[in-house]
Parts: sequence; C-alpha cells; structure tokens
Amino acid sequence: MAKFEPVLMAQMSKPECWTMKVYEQNGGYKALHKALKEMTPDSVTETVKQSGLRGRGGAGFPTGLKWTFLPKNHPGPIYMCINADESEPGTFNNRYLMELDPHQVIEGIIISCFATKATTAYIYLRYEYPLSWKRLQAALDECYAKGYLGKNILGTEFSLDIYLHKGAGAYICGEETGLIESLEGKRAWPRIKPPFPAIEGVFRKPTVVNNIETVACVTHIINRGVEWFKSIGIPADPNNPRDAGSYGPKLYCLSGHINKPGCYEAPLGITTRQLIDEYGGGIWKNRKAKAAIPGGISMGLITEKEFDVPLDFNALGKVGCLGLGTAAVVVMDETVSMVDFLHNSAQFFKHESCGQCTPCREGTAWAKTMLDRIKAGKGRLKDLDLLLEIGDTIGIIPGTTICGLSDGAAWPLKNAIRKFRSEFEDYVKQTNPLGYMETAPVNALPMLAH
Amino acid sequence: MAAATENKVLTPEMVKAITDLFPRYPNKRAVTLPAIHIVNDALRYVPMRAVVEIAQLLELKPAEVQDTLSFYGIFKQDAPHGQTRAWICRSVSCMLRGGYELLDHMCEKTGLHPGECTSDGKLTVEYAECLGACEYAPCMLANETLHTDVSIEKADKFLKDLGVTANAKH
Ligand SMILES: Cc1cc2nc3c(=O)[nH]c(=O)nc-3n(C[C@H](O)[C@H](O)[C@H](O)COP(=O)(O)O)c2cc1C
Ligand code: SF4
Ligand code: FES
Repeated sequence: MAKFEPVLMAQMSKPECWTMKVYEQNGGYKALHKALKEMTPDSVTETVKQSGLRGRGGAGFPTGLKWTFLPKNHPGPIYMCINADESEPGTFNNRYLMELDPHQVIEGIIISCFATKATTAYIYLRYEYPLSWKRLQAALDECYAKGYLGKNILGTEFSLDIYLHKGAGAYICGEETGLIESLEGKRAWPRIKPPFPAIEGVFRKPTVVNNIETVACVTHIINRGVEWFKSIGIPADPNNPRDAGSYGPKLYCLSGHINKPGCYEAPLGITTRQLIDEYGGGIWKNRKAKAAIPGGISMGLITEKEFDVPLDFNALGKVGCLGLGTAAVVVMDETVSMVDFLHNSAQFFKHESCGQCTPCREGTAWAKTMLDRIKAGKGRLKDLDLLLEIGDTIGIIPGTTICGLSDGAAWPLKNAIRKFRSEFEDYVKQTNPLGYMETAPVNALPMLAH
Repeated sequence: MAAATENKVLTPEMVKAITDLFPRYPNKRAVTLPAIHIVNDALRYVPMRAVVEIAQLLELKPAEVQDTLSFYGIFKQDAPHGQTRAWICRSVSCMLRGGYELLDHMCEKTGLHPGECTSDGKLTVEYAECLGACEYAPCMLANETLHTDVSIEKADKFLKDLGVTANAKH
C-alpha cells in the first residue's frame, strides 16, 4: 500500500493556517471553483456517493446516499445543518478542524450546499468551543468579502448564507433531530423518525444534517477524486451485504493513559494497537493497557486482547461494540477499575438523557443509582444482572426509545459487565462480604433525572 | 419613553443584537437560544424579567422561552454567576487523569459546591461533561480560556491569580 498522506491535517502546522490567505496559498477553494464551474449539483452528489464517504458524526451513514433522499425538484428552501455539537466523551477532532483549518470546513459546506441545493446552512456549534466560534466567524467574514458566500457565488446562479448558532451545553443537541428542535428555539427533544430530516427537517423543510469532518472530506473528494478516496481504508466486505466499506482518511482522537494524547489522521481501519504504538507513544508510566473505548464512550469497550481489531465501520461490531462512533479512542491502563469506568459512564448518560422516553430516563438513572451503591460497597451480585437488563432493553435497537442516546448508554453497561464480569463480582464480594447475596430493598428512585 | 425603558432588563444594545438576528431565520422563535445567550453574556444570568422581555420581542409566550431556557443546564436565573466561571471536566478521559481530584480540590480550596459563586462574585466553580479537550486532560474551561493538563499546582495558581482566597463563601 502506498504511504498514507494526511490531507485533513496537512496544513495545521503552518503559521496562521486558519486564514484565507494561507488556505488559498495551499490550494484552498480550488474544489469550490471546480464544483461550481465544471460540475452540476447532481454530478457532485454522484461523486460523493461513488467515493463511499460515510458520515463521520457517529452513525456512519453514506453521505451521498443521504443527499439523494431530498425530494426532487423541491421549490425550497432546503436547509443544511452542520453538526458541530461534538460532545461525545473522548472526542475532539471537529475542534481541530474548526480551530486550525476552518476554511477547509467551509469550502466543504459550500460544495455540499451546492450539491443539495441548500440556500441556508447553520453550523450548530457547542457552547464550550469559543475559539472555534471565533475562527469560524472570521473565516465566514472572509468568505463573504471574497464572494464565496452570499449572492451569486463565483458569478453563478448559486447563493448561500452560512450562520453560526451556539448550543448550550447539552449532549442531546448532537442527535440530529435534537439539534433541529434546538435550532428552532425549543427544548432539544429528538423527534420520532420517520419523517427523516431529508423530508421534513428544520422549519419543516427538507434538511441535510452532516458532521464537520464529513463536509471537510467532501472538499478533498472533489479535489482528488473518487479513486484517491477509495484507495484509502478498508473495502466493503463482499460477504457482508450490509457493509458499505470504510473509505478515506479519518481523524482519530487518542486520550486517556497514553504518552502522547492527541488528534491523529490515519487511514480508516487502523487498529487500536497501531494507534497507541505508532502515534500515541505507548501506554504511560510503562504500564500495560487493560481496555479502551474504541469510538467515544457510547460505543462500548474493547479489552486489550481486542486491540488488533480494525477501527472501521464494520469490524467493531464483531467484538460486541456498537460501532466506530466518533473514532475517539480512550485508553485505560491496568490500574483502572472497571467499576469506576462504568460508574463514570452511567453518570454521563444519566446527566444527558433528555428525559423524553421513560426507558431511557429511568434506565440511565437506575444504572447510576445502582453503580453508586456498588461503588460504595453496598452492591449485590443481582445488581449486575439488573444492570444488564437495563443495557439489553433501552435503545432504538431493542426499539424502546426515540433516539440513540440510550443505545450509547446501554453499550458500556453490556460490554463492561460481560467482558469484565469476574472483576465486578470480585468487587461486590470484597466490598460487601456479608450482604452481597442479599436482595435488600432499593431506595426509591428520585423523580428528577438530573 | 425614558421611563418605559428604565425598568427594562434588556438594554437597547441587547434588543438590537437580538433583532439583528431575525433575518437569519424564517421565524422569530429560532432566535430564542441566541437571545438567551445575548442576555446571559451581558448579565451572567437570565432573570425571569428578561425571559418575559425576550418573549415579547420574539412574539412568544414567556413560558415558551422559559421552557427552552430551563432545558439547558447552564443558565442561572436567581443571581449572576461569577466574573469567572470555571468548568471542570468530569468525563472519562479527564477522570482517568485526575479530573475528580481536580474538581474536589477546587471545591475544597474555595469552599464552594459545584454551581456556587464566591461571595465577592469573582468565581463560580462548575463541573462539566466532556469539554472536547480530552488530549489535555484534566482540563478546565474558565470563561473563554482553556486550561490544559491542570495539576493541583496549576489550579492553585489559577485561584491565586484570580485573587480567590480559601473558603471564599460566607
Ligand atoms: C445522542 C447522540 C449524540 C450525537 N452527537 C453528535 C455530535 O455531537 N456530532 C455529530 O456530528 N453527530 C452526532 N450524532 C449523530 C447525528 O445524529 C447524525 O447522525 C450526524 O450528525 C449526521 O452527520 P454525518 O452523516 O455527517 O455523520 C449524535 C447522535 C446521537 C444519537
Ligand atoms: S432515548 Fe433518551 S435521550 Fe433519546 S429521546 Fe429518548 S429520553 Fe431523550
Ligand atoms: S473527557 Fe474531559 S475534555 Fe473530554
């Protein structure tokens, strides 16, 4: 295989890499000219579809295909929502793109809007990214001044406005219909689908929701072509008709007990072990690894023995994880207690459940209550099965909830307890030697989930 | 006219900032969250009277604005948060590298519970879920400044530079 050449992060070490000047010196906005002058919306969509690009926001849905779900010949308006809510624990790759190369993102948004005939795009940016806000706003201003945004871009018929919209610290605003509700000025309660946003999205109009990294990839696909994109990553498994392949470069976030935490661009399908050894400088303090979160906490957990599984859209399912998620790898060394890990995960999901669906609201709250108790040395063996029961029954996969947050809450429960059962049992027996078999009454659940 | 604006919480500048956003959206309701942010940036809280005035501007019921506002955990309504609001991450990557210890230390040093403000109004300490800066764990976002790899020593220096003394709450 040819040596991998980073593209998404290629400019990020240059001085003032966030300015239009530096971006254009390095070939920036060539893809925009190409798309608007030499291509049609349909041919851009077809190119993105052929490239096999799949969404980088967590669900991995094929991007070109999503765009074709928009109604044909719609009188408009069509909206684009760019998901920059990035709140999945362990994830920070969108921040790199927005802070260090915002024009790459904006070029991708303009091309994506051209392809989908969207005339307004909103970038929904999480509240905790003040520098991203500044850099994006400055880049947007430069684009308006240069005629890359506004009316009749590059002298064509195509007009587009892009606005920044600030979130307010809620993880659920990253779920695409939660984002839409929030953007409309309401509480961010995800919607029941269908209708999907492509048919009825923000302001009840056809809407495409795409992640920051997804649109950044669009820029490079237009520049370098389908062949180039498909030459990177892991091809679709011919024996699995549901695998659409894992093509292109990916920004992996590496954090936790690692010598060099950071954001690294690698071909899709690199393994956790390669990431740790070749990019992360190994486990800190000369310790051994015990486990890792493969793609944000929602994706579950892999044990050290599973570190050779490719981090792509297909393979992680085979080791019981939910998927690639945000490709945020959080490494845990041998000293970490899985009880502490799972307690932290439960705390997060209880805090972030929007409260709309009873199984999610109550399930995440009970999981936290039980893990509080286990952690405090009052656990029972039975609690482990109760936790698994919650894990197996909340989510859109078992079909009990509206959105995928609860699947994300379920996976760490299922993976941690099934893959580290003996550790949990030992902990319960050691910390509660007299009472671990008892089924003492449980305190009533507080009504408020927060 | 002067008398009418005197009792208002929203200054003419805030009103202008809010109405300037109207052309960006097909309806006024979409300006709810931006309007709340504009008030919160200026006042460091969003009192009920501001909610009523925002509702008037957006042609909504105050309950609709309040419903949205209260969904998000970050807006205070009783009293302003401190001049500096320090968000300390407690999510997984930070937990693994001392985030809980950092949060405990900040609370012990200041005598505050998360969400509380020092009596001189200088500092509010908060916990946060993942701040999206996990490579710098444990981390803290203080207003717009990200503090990275925050050791106990760095936390002490941060408090000292702010002039926050031990047990700053009454
Ligand atoms: C609870 C939850 C949180 C999510 N958070 C994000 C997020 O912060 N950023 C993001 O891009 N996608 C997030 N997603 C996925 C979005 O719903 C959606 O699939 C994605 O934005 C689509 O863009 P893509 O196809 O380009 O990936 C989240 C999904 C769920 C269920
Ligand atoms: S699954 Fe949970 S987060 Fe999603 S809509 Fe239901 S209650 Fe809200
Ligand atoms: S876990 Fe603390 S910033 Fe992500």
